[in-house]
This record gives sequence, C-alpha cells and structure tokens, in this order.
Amino acid sequence: MMFIDPHAHMISRTTDDYEAMAAAGIVAVIEPAFWVGQPRTHVASYADYLSAILGFERFRAGQFGLRHYCTIGLNSKEANDEALAEAVMEILPRFAIKEGVVAIGEIGYDEQTALEDRYFRRQLELARELDLPVMIHTPHRDKKRGTTRSMDVCEEHGLDPSRVVVDHNNEETVAEVLQRGYWAAFSIYPSTKMGDARMVEILKRYGAERVIVNSACDWGISDPLSVPKTAKLALAQGVAAEDVRRACYANALAAFAPSGQIAESDWLSGPAIDQRTLYEGNSILRGGRDARVTAAE
Amino acid sequence: MLGEMAAGPDDARLDLAFARLPRLVGRAPLTLAPADEAAAEAARPGWRPAGWPVDAAARILLLLHLPRAGFADRFRRLRRVADTAELVALFRGLPLYPDPERLEDEAGEGLRSNMRPVFEAVAHHSPYPREVFGEHRWNHMVLKALFVDSPLAPIQGLDERANPELAMMLRDYARERRAAGRPISPELWRCLIPFAQAVGAEADVALADLERIP
Ligand SMILES: [Zn+2]
Repeated sequence: MMFIDPHAHMISRTTDDYEAMAAAGIVAVIEPAFWVGQPRTHVASYADYLSAILGFERFRAGQFGLRHYCTIGLNSKEANDEALAEAVMEILPRFAIKEGVVAIGEIGYDEQTALEDRYFRRQLELARELDLPVMIHTPHRDKKRGTTRSMDVCEEHGLDPSRVVVDHNNEETVAEVLQRGYWAAFSIYPSTKMGDARMVEILKRYGAERVIVNSACDWGISDPLSVPKTAKLALAQGVAAEDVRRACYANALAAFAPSGQIAESDWLSGPAIDQRTLYEGNSILRGGRDARVTAAE
Repeated sequence: MLGEMAAGPDDARLDLAFARLPRLVGRAPLTLAPADEAAAEAARPGWRPAGWPVDAAARILLLLHLPRAGFADRFRRLRRVADTAELVALFRGLPLYPDPERLEDEAGEGLRSNMRPVFEAVAHHSPYPREVFGEHRWNHMVLKALFVDSPLAPIQGLDERANPELAMMLRDYARERRAAGRPISPELWRCLIPFAQAVGAEADVALADLERIP
C-alpha cells in the first residue's frame, strides 16, 4: 500500500526515520513551514529555514526514495513578532512560487491575537494571488472556536473550501469542517491529542470523504509512521480498504494537486533513489556506508 | 559592576556582565530567612523569590541597576539572545522592573515558549500577570498552563481574574478532553465554576463531580 504523509517536519527527524518511512510504504511527504521550537529573531534565519526545507531537506528525502514537497508560510506564533512578521511577508512570495511548494501553510491562529489575525489574512490573500491551496494550522488551545473562526476568515477572503486543508482536527471540530466543505486533516500523535485508535473511530463515524491522516512529526513526541500505523489499525478493524487508501493517500494528493506541483507520476515514474548524489558538496552518507542505488521499476 | 550599569552600559558590556553572573555568584538556591520572605511579600504581594537560583537573583539585581530610560529595549535585546537560565531570570524579575506595562509583549513571548520553566517564570508566583495582563493574554496563559501540565495554583489572582470568556474556553476544553477520553485537570473547575451557569456548563461540572464516584 502506498502512503503520503502530508504533514511532516522532516527537518527535525533522522535518517533512520526516512528509512523506516520508506520501508512502511510512504512515497511522499509534505513539509509545512513552521516554527522551530523557539522564536527566530531575524528574517535571515527565517529565509535560511525556508531554503533548508526546500533544498537540503528535499535532497535528504530523495536519498531514501521519498518525494518531498513543502508548504510555505509565516506561522501563527512568530506572527506575534511584528517586525519579524513584516520582513517575512516580504520574502514569502519568492519562496512560495518555487517548485514543489503545494500550498501556503501552515498558517492560522495560535493564541488568536490581532497580529495573528492580520498575517493570517494577508497570507490568504497571497494564496489567492498565487493560486495555491492553503494548509491551516488550527490552534491547540481554544480549538473549537479557533477552527470556526479560521474557516469564517477563509470565506471572508473568498477562498473556496475545496482548496483549503484544515489541519489538527479532533472529535469536536470534524463535523463542522466537513459540513462546510473543507478537507479535514488529523494529526496522529502517540498517546496524546489524536491517537490512531481515536482516528479509526472517526473514520468509522464520518467515512473517508475529505478526511486526511498525517503524522505532524516534528521535534516533539511524535511518530513518523503514524500514517501507515493508522492504516493498519483501520484495516484490522474492518474499515474498507478504499476508505483507508483515501484517508492515507489519495485525499492528500487530491487536496494539494491543484497547486500543479504534486502528481502521482512523481513517484510512480520518478527517478531512482540515488544516495550518491551530492548536495552542495555534502553527502548524507557517512562512515563508509555503501551508497544504495535503486532502479525505478 | 553594578555601578557601571547605572551609567547605561553598551550592549556588549551588558551582555557579558549578564551572562557571566553564574560564574561569579554560583547557582545555589536562594535561602531566605522568614523576615526576608515577609519583606518580599510586603514589597510585592504574591512575589516569591525563595528557592530561586542565586544567579537568577543576581541577574535581576543587575537589571534593576540599569537606567529606566531604554529599559524595555535592553530587556528585549537580552531576551532575544538569552539561554534558558537567562530567560527564566529575565521573566522572574517582571514584577520588579520599571514601567512594567511596557514589557507586556515581552512577557507574552515568555508565555509562548514551549519550555515549561520559561513559561512558569512568567506565570507562577508573580503579581505581574494579575496586574498587567489584559483579559485575552490572561485567559490564554491559564489555558496554556493546563496544556503543558503546569499547575494553576501558583498563578496569582486566579480567582479575582476569572471571567466568563475564560470559563467558556475552559468549558470547550473540558468537552474536548472528554470526547478524546483524556483526563481533565481538577484545577480547571476553579475558574469555570463561578461562571458555570453563565456559560451553560452546569452539566459539565455535574459530570465531573460524578466522575469522582468510583
Ligand atoms: Zn506542523
């Protein structure tokens, strides 16, 4: 079975994770721009971060046979630093139109402050201008109202719900998000927030239409195998294979395909894994390991 | 060193002096006699410096010698390059600095941290949030404390600053936790119960009571 993990902060993960993800059947990952655990204080470090996820991280993924895509945006936490946020808004368009950028994201609210609201709206306008889908990070705190408000604001700015992925849903938000026509994504965290067992219950109750599963793996406790593990549990509990395929693969592809930057052919007929390729002179092969070169079938 | 601060040191001098303090004074916990604790309470009700590492106390003392003019700018600059212990010291001193309202956004940055000691340096045993924070920031501080498993009891002014908006947020949070089959901190109800009727949460409160029955 092929899987897509449409929300994975691979910049915080190890090569072991990439290896395990590829072995479990993940063919593509989407890396949303987000904060890095503590605030950046200069626009230059933000620019370097965006370059890193678009450049070296994509190269790293490629060495393990995974296709790597990004979403570009100013996250809600750092939107609260006005000077930084203004400067980041200046540089965002030139990163957002790069190849392999499948959406503006992850954007939205954290504490639902006035500054968060301002930069959320400006980025929705940017998404319209560049004709890109949007990935919304819904707040972890005051989630229900924050989720409703995020969708209200999208509609105020004339976005089509079918072009917007609302992420980090839970039992309390899913019904409204689906009913309003948005993609409803779920981040599966081991033991906290959304576990895979809870996800399977949601699949049974709401079906798989416009439902997307992701790992949101990052530098916190999280599992880069959340998507295949959820698929396995869902199948074991009698969820139809086609529904599993939609929630863990096809819906993510359909949601981000309007960007024109992601297509199934990328991995079905893409180039081989070639770990010998160098990126600006750096290989990730160290300590005399042999390069692995796999031919595309 | 302290005398030099009053003259308004340049950035490099201040950074060095601030960073170097643990080398000079050590990191032992501050031990206070009952009379000292009473003096702290008299100076700033709710402020508890006992148990601070002595280097944090020394850092705050250093900052208190800086000129009032430009204090907030210096604070901000130090905060942006601070390590964890420095952040904790900077934020623990909030109730003592000049023009406290000018540091509210800085305190907000401390609350935004995912490092619990930094968050608690702002939120716990300090009259600053109670005195300075607007309702929106206050409410998000309380909610975040629950999210990061930080106790609410050390937050000063918890009862006096309770409000219907916070009660509504806590009601939704309790329902979300219940729907997810996750435990709810018993501290949550303290800020919700006074407004339970106003925000239609009587059933939530009753349910929580019944859950205590084995
Ligand atoms: Zn994320």
